[in-house]
Amino acid sequence: MYKYDQYDQKLVDERVEQYRDQTQRYLAGEISEEQFLPLRLQNGLYVQRLAPMLRIAVPYGLLSSKQVRKLAHISRRYDKGYVHFTTRQNIQLNWPQLEEVPDILAELASVEMHAIQTSGNCIRNTTTDQFAGVANDEIEDPRPWCEIIRQWSTLHPEFAFLPRKFKIAVCGSEEDRAAFLLHDIGLQLVVNDQGETGFQVYVGGGLGRTPVIASLIREFLPKEHLLTYLDAILRVYNRYGNRDNKYKARIKILVRAWTPEVFAQRVESEWAHLKDGPATLNGSEIERVKGFFTLPDYRSIDQTSVDSQVAALAADNRAFSRWLDRNVRAQKQPGYASVSLSLKPAGVAPGDVTDQQLEIIADLADRFSFGEIRSTHNQNVVLADVAKDELFELWQLAKAAGLATPNIGTINDMICCPGGDYCSLANAKSIPVAEAIQRKFDDLDYVYDLGNLELNISGCMNACGHHHIGHIGILGVDKKGEEWYQIQLGGSANKDAALGKVLGPSLSRDAVTDSIEKLLDVYVENRLEGEAFLGTYQRIGIEKFKQRVYGTAS
Amino acid sequence: MAQLLKEGQVVDNSWSTVVEDAGDLPPGDILLPLQRWLHQHSQLSQHSGRVGLWIEGNEEIEAVAEQLIQAPVVAIRFPKFVDGRGFSAARLLRERYGYQGEIRATGEIIRDQLYLLQRCGFNAFEFGEEVDLAEASKSLADFSDAYQVAADQPIPLFKRR
Repeated sequence: MYKYDQYDQKLVDERVEQYRDQTQRYLAGEISEEQFLPLRLQNGLYVQRLAPMLRIAVPYGLLSSKQVRKLAHISRRYDKGYVHFTTRQNIQLNWPQLEEVPDILAELASVEMHAIQTSGNCIRNTTTDQFAGVANDEIEDPRPWCEIIRQWSTLHPEFAFLPRKFKIAVCGSEEDRAAFLLHDIGLQLVVNDQGETGFQVYVGGGLGRTPVIASLIREFLPKEHLLTYLDAILRVYNRYGNRDNKYKARIKILVRAWTPEVFAQRVESEWAHLKDGPATLNGSEIERVKGFFTLPDYRSIDQTSVDSQVAALAADNRAFSRWLDRNVRAQKQPGYASVSLSLKPAGVAPGDVTDQQLEIIADLADRFSFGEIRSTHNQNVVLADVAKDELFELWQLAKAAGLATPNIGTINDMICCPGGDYCSLANAKSIPVAEAIQRKFDDLDYVYDLGNLELNISGCMNACGHHHIGHIGILGVDKKGEEWYQIQLGGSANKDAALGKVLGPSLSRDAVTDSIEKLLDVYVENRLEGEAFLGTYQRIGIEKFKQRVYGTAS
Repeated sequence: MAQLLKEGQVVDNSWSTVVEDAGDLPPGDILLPLQRWLHQHSQLSQHSGRVGLWIEGNEEIEAVAEQLIQAPVVAIRFPKFVDGRGFSAARLLRERYGYQGEIRATGEIIRDQLYLLQRCGFNAFEFGEEVDLAEASKSLADFSDAYQVAADQPIPLFKRR
């Protein structure tokens, strides 16, 4: 993974001192509440319902065991002994003290971490596939490009006060595991006929109040032009994005108002001035950054014998076999596999882990995955590069730590925002809904039979829980001061990206789990052999589901 | 006399900002609204001071840049400190049109923006009277280096490291 040099380190150190000074001036009454707001947000600090919340950047979801141990330490010393993994591959502390945040940032800087631009109207953490570098269907490892974008976006002088937040994702594979079409900029790595790497550039995707799938504005951007082209997009947005109404300020609204064709022309004419300028990437920089994302020192493993060995263990052990089915994924290096540690056992807020679990994750990474950990946008953790002959041992240790719930990709692997329990924006609680669903569907055989099913829950229309793109989406709404829930069906985050359709009138919290059960009954009764929930929905439409839940045809 | 921060120093602000589009002008150095400056500056050779102008951060710089670069001062006004359009305007003036004069940030700015404003090409800053300029000037040096190309640094860090 990327290692800081003196320049990177100095920048984060200076950032800590800048923020320490800002915090002191704020506490001394020298900075107003209004002025401090963007300053603290650009260091990840929200002031929430019960306490401040600090969002820590995990660039493109990659962490070292040393960093994870530091996070465990921070959560013990400055918080309540747990952290929360977010849908942007970042980490949140729910109970830090505002006065101690500069110290937390200093601790983070000591392990090459920061909270820069994890909130506020600026360029946020660039995200990508949690299986980058090991995925079978990879075109090129997206992580060096994410790091190049990270450096370009960090304290970019021109784009610190954009109309609204700005999110970039890079997809390096055939299948999309980064939801890149739902970002302000989505970059798809491609190789052209001449064998040259470049990007398809999509803009204007996003969730929130107005969910939109991104539009293609450039078919092929040669790789060396990445940063000048990003500068051009951001400059057009910074100058012409709506600043009067925060709900119309995302780039998607501008792209829609101008049409993608006109937006593309505006970007191209701005880019004409920047193209081939000094910010044009050169081969040595690309190679320098790529040099940090090399393959680990793999052992030679006899594929056939290890596969039969694992199969024999699985035959004797149903729990291990289930875990292999759901939580272990093949990777392109023979003899190795990628393991998802589930952060979603029933009864725990999705994405929450304790300090002790973090220590164990760090130990497991040192022992089984070359000291590297990946966070996922589904709020789990992945250990890649695990030798298959060590899977059984890893499973036993992970299971003992509560990290081996075999539910990856199932209904119980839901994405869920912090909701009304923590967030001051929320209309409704989301964690208790998630828990009720996990408790209701606790029969593993039934859950496995349902197969791949993405259920996403947001506590308000800001859509942090990505409800628009869940196969089943649940949205908390406020009805005359009461918490109600709207159900949506048919969303998808993949390359066939689709936004869910509203099933019908919103429901009380008590009615949500029963309604989900009815939806699942309709699926089970109507599915074809091997057809997943989304496929059945796409084939039979929304009507049957609606009738079952509401009892009448519309 | 009011003061401002220029090239890192606290100096007297000799410039009066004119907001009216017509009428009598004050003596001494003046900053005119853009349209008035475009129409009148060539006829003001008898004026007792220098004649610069001020624009809003969302001005279409491209349309007027050729004339603007003749002005001794271009002030860019921030209606709110979180309105970042002025950052782009300054970079365009410096980097695309090669403007060498003073680019002044006026309106609502805060000291914590100084480092970034300076990177975009601003070299003078007006604050409200309550701000201690010498103290605020420390924020110009919040960082010792940066990754990106900007008005203050034509070579990106990746070509210097």
